Amino acid sequence: MMDPIYGRIASNKRKTFFLFLLYAVLFVLIGYFIGIYIGDPIVGIILAALIFIILFLISYFSGQSVVTKMAGAREVSKQQEPFLYNTVEAMSIASGKPMPKIFIIETEVPNAFAAGRNPQNSIIAVTRGLMNRLNRQELEGVIAHEMAHIHNYDVLLATVAIVLAGTIVFVSVIARRMIFFGGMGRGGRRGGQGQIIMLIVLIVVAILAPIFAQLLKFAISRQREYMADATAANFTGYPEGLASALEKITDQQVKNSPIENKALEGLYIVNPALGARSGNRASVLFATHPPAEERVKRLRAM
Amino acid sequence: METTHILLAVLILVVLYVIYSFNRLISMRNMADKAYSNIDTLLQKRFDLVPNLVNTVKGYMEHERELLEAVTRARTEWLNASNIKENAGADQTAERAIKSLFAVSENYPDLKANQNFMMLQEELTGIENKIAYARQRYNRTVMAINTAVQRFPTNLIARLFKFQTREYFAVESDQARSAPQINMQGGDNK
Repeated sequence: MMDPIYGRIASNKRKTFFLFLLYAVLFVLIGYFIGIYIGDPIVGIILAALIFIILFLISYFSGQSVVTKMAGAREVSKQQEPFLYNTVEAMSIASGKPMPKIFIIETEVPNAFAAGRNPQNSIIAVTRGLMNRLNRQELEGVIAHEMAHIHNYDVLLATVAIVLAGTIVFVSVIARRMIFFGGMGRGGRRGGQGQIIMLIVLIVVAILAPIFAQLLKFAISRQREYMADATAANFTGYPEGLASALEKITDQQVKNSPIENKALEGLYIVNPALGARSGNRASVLFATHPPAEERVKRLRAM
Repeated sequence: METTHILLAVLILVVLYVIYSFNRLISMRNMADKAYSNIDTLLQKRFDLVPNLVNTVKGYMEHERELLEAVTRARTEWLNASNIKENAGADQTAERAIKSLFAVSENYPDLKANQNFMMLQEELTGIENKIAYARQRYNRTVMAINTAVQRFPTNLIARLFKFQTREYFAVESDQARSAPQINMQGGDNK
């Protein structure tokens, strides 16, 4: 049990580094093109490098707060939620890991996720619906699964990937607005320039889109989910708790729920988009999570 | 010349292995110490709540004097405990007594509606649960230590540096694991 996990931790740290490198190269490349456009490639590269360093710092040091804000989660204390707090503390004792911060998302859809850069700086967020539906042992199973993700450094990779992907999407939205604004406001004489910007952005988006799709898969593979389930079962010594929790919450995902967010869906214990895709066989191929039935089957076989 | 090189290589490997095993034994020992102090802290927290629990329940459960006495007795037992075995014994007595107290409390709707009792019940059920996990963790660490101390060749290194086998905290039996399970009915009010 020990060695495969240590191998996984090292591999996750490596992948995070590689992810950063890839983003850095992309940024510098974009900076270079924009630099050519404004007449000085060096300025473009320096600017891109600066922006990247800022992004790096944000995603590494406050990735978890960016993610909790995106998910609409709020931190709770022991006095506010004793049941949840006690359960998380029990799992922290069982796993021998430090206590994560606890967040709640006020929605009836049952789900949970973890984020953070290492076990000392991590959070676990659960929805109100999850707490209402699960008993102590089932909740323990879910929390143990999230602790396992933290312990295996899956969350570092996922958090960083989400923040970086999110910022690039943000930048592309701004760029699109600028083109739109420029095109409407001026036209005529500057139309040529606007077209060039449009072309650059289109090329950039065309390059980035498939890479992001790949990166998100990269960050949140199905193997990780099985691994986290197995680690969770080891922490609690009671796989049935998690199995029963998965059964209870998988069918409860609803369409257009407040937690349905493309960027975050891979982070949750059960994919929130299941509600939208239910009955669609093809979706299994592109799923960030293995089917719940398979996870339950494997847990019960332990 | 050839043979001295080989001998030297073997010697270096042996020394490296001894260093590695020694460090592993040390970190396992530290883990066990930490796990044990975890149990200790939790037992302290639980028994600190006992007088409060008894006072809250006393007025409602006139006829269950025996149950209350059992809880108080477990606390006294723990206060007088001086080794792992006695600690574990007191832990088991208390676990059983508190569990049956909560089970019986189902028959007292007034008590169940008492705000203070509800808080105590969640707190104590939570602590019972944490103790079960702390015990599990400690016992697993002890098992790892004992295996290392007894198995060849780490037993030689353990003997050299005077590492000893450790005592388990009670028994991690099915009975112990089922403790929070039975509490569920009472503690599942959230």
